[in-house]
Amino acid sequence: MTGNEAIAEGAIQAGCDFYAGYPITPQNELTAYMAKEMPRKTRVFIQAESEIAAINMVFGAAAAGARAMTSSSSPGISLKQEGISYLAGAQLPAVIVNIMRGGPGLGNIMPSQADYFQATRGGGHGDYHCPVLAPSSVQEAYDLMFLSFELADKYRNPVMILGDGMLGQMMEPLCVRRSAFGVRRYKKPWALTGCRGRRPNVVKSFFIREGDLETFNLLLQKKYHTIRREEQRWEGLFLEDARVVVVAYGTMARIAKSAVVNLRKAGRRVGLIRPVTLWPFPVEAFENSVKLKAQSAKRPRYLVLEMSYGQMVEDVKLTLNGRATIEFLGRSGGGVPGEREIEKQILKLLS
Amino acid sequence: MKNKQKNFAQSRSLRNISTHYCPGCGHGIAHRLIAETIDELGIREKVIAVAPVGCAVIAYDYWDFDCSEAAHGRAMAVATAIKRVRPQNIVFTYQGDGDLAAIGTNETIHAANRGENISVVFINNAIYGMTGGQMAPTTLLGQKTATTLSGRDARLQGHPLKISEMLAVLPGVKFVERVSLHSPQEVMKTKKAVHQIFKNQIDNLGFSLVEILSPCPTYWGISPKGALEWIRDVMSKEFPLGRIK
Ligand SMILES: Cc1ncc(C[n+]2csc(CCOP(=O)(O)OP(=O)(O)O)c2C)c(N)n1
Ligand code: SF4
Repeated sequence: MTGNEAIAEGAIQAGCDFYAGYPITPQNELTAYMAKEMPRKTRVFIQAESEIAAINMVFGAAAAGARAMTSSSSPGISLKQEGISYLAGAQLPAVIVNIMRGGPGLGNIMPSQADYFQATRGGGHGDYHCPVLAPSSVQEAYDLMFLSFELADKYRNPVMILGDGMLGQMMEPLCVRRSAFGVRRYKKPWALTGCRGRRPNVVKSFFIREGDLETFNLLLQKKYHTIRREEQRWEGLFLEDARVVVVAYGTMARIAKSAVVNLRKAGRRVGLIRPVTLWPFPVEAFENSVKLKAQSAKRPRYLVLEMSYGQMVEDVKLTLNGRATIEFLGRSGGGVPGEREIEKQILKLLS
Repeated sequence: MKNKQKNFAQSRSLRNISTHYCPGCGHGIAHRLIAETIDELGIREKVIAVAPVGCAVIAYDYWDFDCSEAAHGRAMAVATAIKRVRPQNIVFTYQGDGDLAAIGTNETIHAANRGENISVVFINNAIYGMTGGQMAPTTLLGQKTATTLSGRDARLQGHPLKISEMLAVLPGVKFVERVSLHSPQEVMKTKKAVHQIFKNQIDNLGFSLVEILSPCPTYWGISPKGALEWIRDVMSKEFPLGRIK
């Protein structure tokens, strides 16, 4: 199965009731899979007239209590930003998949990680965040769909899956399994279902009375604080004695991992941190690794790898806050740092 | 304005509070006609409304049934999804001319073309009320607004957009009627048309829209009474009343 199809199947297994999307490469297989499978399960599939319509359909479906999702790629995700901001403002759960391509502008259809800032800083207007999950294999893309719907419902917040064209197109064997925590169906007493036997519900993000919006924003901040505390996820490799720690996510982490494993085989003390949640950024992983390294005399060294000219590296710098030497290697617009290049860079840092 | 008026009883679907609308505004009357219709059809507990961004943005404060906000222009996309997810509910949108026929034109045309089984109340006041009286797609030729200082000029701003006529040609559209609020008789006709668009949805007939010519004395710069006369004498010549489909 391709990564795109695995995401679609994962969403279906996770109880996605509603999908709306607009075609864009390199995520078309995802929309096509939903078009085929959703109606078979008497769930709703709509090919929307635009990404703007699609995200607002997701808003409507979520407001009516459904597990709702849309997917797109970079330019389409830019179009959805107003809608994502409204979802955050109305506290509606939804899942948005971005299979990133090269930018800016129409860019190209090559894999890219250049939408990191947009995804992790909110993206649209207003003071909000979406949890962002970054799978690095077809299986993980599938598995994370359960988590994404779970987090969306649990926190009543949009959640983003951030993949890239390579992950979307890549074929790997997939185990179609249930999630460890099952599919929890949350009660949604706030949903629009018609006001039979209760007072009318209103789904909105508008707070006209003075002071109300500030109070509401404080409530959102409290929620984001909880998410930051509870939901950091990452994979760590060889961190116990690593003198150089490589940091990479998604497809870039696959290449990074094989470079790290190669050098380990050659006896080099190198490790890997692969953030799975990009927001909240897994600061705990760095705190742990800094602590480990404090025992050695040498200043800790990190090498951040991205398919961009340096976006996640800013979060690494904010996290380490001057406590380590941080190097960066990245390419963008379809370029991908290669294994040899990475190994060479690591060796330089080790020496 | 208080909702309680001499010749109308209080309707269950309308909260008994003052609205924020200007004196002589049509929005309050349109809200009331919708509320009465919903009561008459006995569907209050099934209704899900989608409010616009425009002067009627807080319509949900006045109606007493479930309601969703929608981003400016996107009400029909929101309504489409609600109806698809909950076909047993009665879903309607309430939108101004800027919302429905400028920023939301794409959503409007495609919801209509898909033949979504929803009801649409389209308030045409030939102006942008909420943002301070700028040109709307439905602004008449020669009409002065905050952005057409010497009147709308067809060579620069095009002609008033007749979105209802445009929608009527789509096979997915079941019902389109243009009505007005400029006299008690016309208000009664409006009520009948509003009734019809809800009835059509209950009968699963598909996309039904009523366009209501509605006064905005504030940004037309005339008295409430003058505004009603302007609809009768000028606006309804450009936007002829009656059943379009
Ligand atoms: C994306 C976006 N663009 C612009 C606005 C500002 N805006 C709010 S209402 C409105 C137009 C209102 O006119 P209309 O839809 O005709 O409704 P009315 O106020 O006349 O009832 C505009 C431009 C907005 N809220 N969102
Ligand atoms: S500005 Fe116009 S449309 Fe808005 S409330 Fe006043 S009269 Fe009504």
